[in-house]
Amino acid sequence: MTTNPKKLAKQPEHPLDDLIRTERIPHIWCPGCGIGTVFSSCLSAIKATGIPYNQFTMVSGIGCSARAAGYIKLDSFHTTHGRAIPFASGIKMAKPELKVIVFSGDGDLFAIGGNHFIHAARRNMDLTVICVNNLTYGMTGGQCAATTPNKAKSTTTPLGNPDAPFNLPLLAYAAGASYVARWTILHTRDLTTAINEAIVRKGFSFIEVLSPCPINYGRRNKEKPLDTLKLYQDRTIIKNGADPARADIDFEKGVVIGKFIDIDRSTCDDRYSELHRPCSDD
Amino acid sequence: MKPAVLTGDHYITGDVACAEGAIAAGCLFFGAYPITPATEIAEHMAERLPDIGGTFIQMEDEIAAIASILGAAWTGVKSMTATSGPGFSLMMENLGLAVCTETPCVIVNVQRTGPSTGLPTQTGQGDMMQARWGSHGDYELIALAPSSPQDCFYQTIRAFNLSEKYRVPVLIMADEIVGHMSEKVVIPEADQIHLISRPKPTGRKDRFRLYEPGPNGVAPMPAIGEGYNIHVTGLTHDERGYPAMTVEAQETMMARIKGKIRNNLEDIIEIENYLMDDADIVIVSYGISVRTGLAAVDQARKMGYKAGLLRLVTVWPFPEELIRDIAGRVKGFITVEINLGQIHYEVERCSGGKAPAYLVGHAGGKIIHPDKVIERIQEKFGAL
Amino acid sequence: MAFWRVPLDAQEIQVIKGVVCIIDDRCKGCGYCIEFCPKDILKFSDKFNRKGYHPPVVTKLDECVNCHYCEIICPEFAIYSVEITPAAVQK
Repeated sequence: MTTNPKKLAKQPEHPLDDLIRTERIPHIWCPGCGIGTVFSSCLSAIKATGIPYNQFTMVSGIGCSARAAGYIKLDSFHTTHGRAIPFASGIKMAKPELKVIVFSGDGDLFAIGGNHFIHAARRNMDLTVICVNNLTYGMTGGQCAATTPNKAKSTTTPLGNPDAPFNLPLLAYAAGASYVARWTILHTRDLTTAINEAIVRKGFSFIEVLSPCPINYGRRNKEKPLDTLKLYQDRTIIKNGADPARADIDFEKGVVIGKFIDIDRSTCDDRYSELHRPCSDD
Repeated sequence: MKPAVLTGDHYITGDVACAEGAIAAGCLFFGAYPITPATEIAEHMAERLPDIGGTFIQMEDEIAAIASILGAAWTGVKSMTATSGPGFSLMMENLGLAVCTETPCVIVNVQRTGPSTGLPTQTGQGDMMQARWGSHGDYELIALAPSSPQDCFYQTIRAFNLSEKYRVPVLIMADEIVGHMSEKVVIPEADQIHLISRPKPTGRKDRFRLYEPGPNGVAPMPAIGEGYNIHVTGLTHDERGYPAMTVEAQETMMARIKGKIRNNLEDIIEIENYLMDDADIVIVSYGISVRTGLAAVDQARKMGYKAGLLRLVTVWPFPEELIRDIAGRVKGFITVEINLGQIHYEVERCSGGKAPAYLVGHAGGKIIHPDKVIERIQEKFGAL
Repeated sequence: MAFWRVPLDAQEIQVIKGVVCIIDDRCKGCGYCIEFCPKDILKFSDKFNRKGYHPPVVTKLDECVNCHYCEIICPEFAIYSVEITPAAVQK
């Protein structure tokens, strides 16, 4: 048996420090914000693939989640609001051997960038899209988003959101994504596995991660960060292979999480090469 | 693979010549969205690029088109998009991103008449100020205006060279007539075409700073995957490329972005003169309107006026010094352009009251007849 | 817990031991590691870090099983655990 430790001879580095721009830590995310957890999970997944780091690139848009690109110690791009996916598509099509990860938020990817999302999914662009869904616009102070639940309060819906939110896994599936999963920051190991699978597989992969925004969403909807995590623990149902049509977010009746879709479909760059670059010996 | 440079004599449109110019310049990525009258550039690139190992992608809108070429540029390839009025408006935000992140790329605007949907199939030169100031904030970029299909070929090559050399988006401000008319275009041998590629970093990777300027004010640019772990952001950033939310960082960044253009004006600004030596009436024009200007100068000379033509091949940065110099020794300027006054105001500004500046403009839809210029000469400088 | 059956070979299973490392100045005091530690061995410390938060502190040094959950739930890269090997320990 090992002896009980008092303390390590020398405190080792954090296991992810080689992938973080440590000089920029602490990051800007608020206490209790889940983006850091998703980011950390993404780094662990990158590490676990064993693929050389210089084959990865991260692209983000604008918003709290999009700041992740500034903390990863890889080639990374913090682009304009909503445009991470087309920017990433340019990278992918110009250099298909790269592993391109889009890391952004729900506002960026599904409101201002919604059109780009569905088209990249339709083409099966070989990207890994990680969407931190905190149900609000965090960076600008908690406005109503395309994912804000009906009746939820935000600074632009002070009496409650009159609209219905997107069901993101259903949207991704309908548009043609070949890998669709949803996890929460509490299901960190499953999340890391999912990101890892998404990176390794070819095709348009979409992972939605439910994550608390205690300052700008929770505060207005009477949810402390730990309450949100308790919801993730008590009111989620893991159901791999579930029908994305049943994946709407309603914590009253329970939220389905898990891996919804995992199908093989030829990718945009593969088909382009196949159709447009037949053996060119002429 | 087919050859990239189609050496020989061709009878092609300005749009096609533009596409061939891009290919001759080494462009390997083209992202676009169809729009009249620039669609033919995309169609030609779609056919040609895969043959030479390049990639064409039709995106879902012009915003995506420009975003895709910026992404592609960072993989180390030369990239281009082409559009017209409404699409050009949609590209403005990411044009600013290209300026701020110092991403080399070429954007062709085959101008049509606006505002809004306007006259989609008819010519115009009404986007000239948008080209200069369309994206928010202060910045510098380069805009060239071809006036013939042959010129489209050469200006596109030059656009790539300037873009690579100065790490700046370069706009080709063509117009519907130049884009759609067919003329003889001579494509030279590949080894006769001078090409410039972006400066590459050479020092130690761990000491590399993404925006540390080189001798001409331009920072070397690595590509994705070369191991430099770059961070590129549209936020105000320091020399490392990291966001820096300070007034000082903003000043330093803007000094570099403006400086690399302002300090190299002689290299960037290209002007063509016609009968300017003894001219005291200067006709200023660019793009298709150069043809109006040329005809008007000849006609005016026959009538006894000492008219000369100043053709702005490079429209932005504007040749301020040149106009200032000329203003001191001429009777006046007449700017000929297919809009209701854009470059005209620049000429007026730079002449500084030393010589009057007049406009021969048109709301758009057709080329300006040389007679209109003659009428203005007679009206302002007296009948002979 | 009282109803759980004890495996027959419980005595032979070697439980991995870990040691928790905390980078105090990265912590923003969200308390996720404390709340979700399966062995319940963390609490808020009384001291403040540079930013004015209370980082966690280990209450039962010998009970960490190196499950890494604090490490993966932490949004701040501020806490992690390493497996104990005798060589790494300062007696």
